[in-house]
Amino acid sequence: VSGTLDVVLRLVAVLVAFLVLPLVVGQTEHKVMAHMQGRLGPMYAGGFHGWAQLVADGVKFAQKEDVVPAGADRRVFQLAPAVSLLPYLLVLIAIPVGPNGLVGQAIDAGLFFVLAVMGVGVLGSIMAGWASANKFSLLGGLRTAAQLMAYELPMLLAAGSVAMAAGTISLPGIVQAFHWWWIPWQLIGGLVFFTAGLAELQRPPFDMPVADSEIIFGAYTEYTGLRFALFLLAEYAGIVVLCALTTVLFLGGWHGPLSGSFGWLWTLVKTALLAFIVIWLRVTYPRLREDQLQKLAWTVLIPLGLAQIALTGIVKVVIS
Amino acid sequence: MSRVPGHGLAKGLAVTLRTMTRRSVTHQYPDAAPQLPPRSRGVIGLFEENCTVCMLCARECPDWCIYIDSHKETVPPAAPGGRERSRNVLDRFAIDFSLCMYCGICIEVCPFDALFWSPEFEYAETDIRELTHERDKLREWMWTVPTPPALDPGAEEPKEIAAARKTAEKLAAAQEAEAQEETAQETTAQETEPREGDA
Repeated sequence: VSGTLDVVLRLVAVLVAFLVLPLVVGQTEHKVMAHMQGRLGPMYAGGFHGWAQLVADGVKFAQKEDVVPAGADRRVFQLAPAVSLLPYLLVLIAIPVGPNGLVGQAIDAGLFFVLAVMGVGVLGSIMAGWASANKFSLLGGLRTAAQLMAYELPMLLAAGSVAMAAGTISLPGIVQAFHWWWIPWQLIGGLVFFTAGLAELQRPPFDMPVADSEIIFGAYTEYTGLRFALFLLAEYAGIVVLCALTTVLFLGGWHGPLSGSFGWLWTLVKTALLAFIVIWLRVTYPRLREDQLQKLAWTVLIPLGLAQIALTGIVKVVIS
Repeated sequence: MSRVPGHGLAKGLAVTLRTMTRRSVTHQYPDAAPQLPPRSRGVIGLFEENCTVCMLCARECPDWCIYIDSHKETVPPAAPGGRERSRNVLDRFAIDFSLCMYCGICIEVCPFDALFWSPEFEYAETDIRELTHERDKLREWMWTVPTPPALDPGAEEPKEIAAARKTAEKLAAAQEAEAQEETAQETTAQETEPREGDA
């Protein structure tokens, strides 16, 4: 009985984190983006500096009509938001937050699981683009597909480098094996992983597939109400997952002063810092063109990822 | 400048971060009243006492958004034996602010300074017909008209003030001359007083 209770508790905790953290990131984005542009951002909802803005947005989305276009592939169209959101929930289960089993579910092949399932999330956008019966949506969906092809590879190479360094593909195992000098050692890999992850989330400056000023909103053009909100939520859940993964793989997860009792706090702080950087990058850089996107992946990130693997291999051989 | 690769990217990040640490420029308008510049064109106020119903404003208005009704009244002669005068009395003065384009020609053209710019701007209505404001509302706005901003140091004197000053000076000079004449007459009268009985 206690075993069942333990599992239920863990799952509830992961679910709560999954529902709360993306909203926190979203609200932070509202505020940080506003101040970086010399504005104030939301100030009214909830009374204190607009803290309840996203709740209000959610209520608004829930009230809107859920439209499925006449020519759309109904079932696929309706399923797409779930396909795009749920993988991030699954990934969150496998991410270790603190030492001594503070993780939703420790998976032996955690790194494999996480990267594979994260790739599924992008399928939601492709499904949406294909099923909408809209040319802009199709363009967006195909761009998403092209981006997935281009950026999955450098991401896997960078993650592979960490797995080589740690000698394990279990996420808690990788954090366990972490030493501080891994940060300079895996620096290039970390940058490649983070950049590729941003591109996979279609975050600015890599948001060509959803470029609202060019192809309306890409694959999400035909979506309304709650389903559209789910896509937006997926984007922010994706930020949380990407930042948490980067923390775990490249920044040593729970390692830090007093990591015995405050390890979970270290993971959260590092994740929050990375989320801030994600927002910062969005505010600072203009959108890359589609061909620039592809060029960056194939001519910069993949060679860098390969170089990192070579470096990891050499160092590994030297120290063993 | 861009010898180091990524120099421009770092510069961009620095700009956004610096902006974040500075005070934002947002004015929280409904909570804090805006600081309007002098001569703001908010709404047009009417100073009825100066209006002679000459209709110049209504005729010059490019949008024809000024409505004026009046009637004539006969004023009894000021002096006995004089002629009766007729005078225009304003019955209605309304401006349709749904048509008004805030060009200010009516204010420029008014020869008697009956129209003024008021900086008041919060008069939105939910029905377009309610934007036609009658004379009582225009009169209310008259009290929000600020005194004109001070002239630049060393600026030319405004024409009307110069004219008024000249008139005042002339009047004063005339009065002084008259007074002098009177005193002169009085003295001559006093001198000639003993001979009054001769007349």
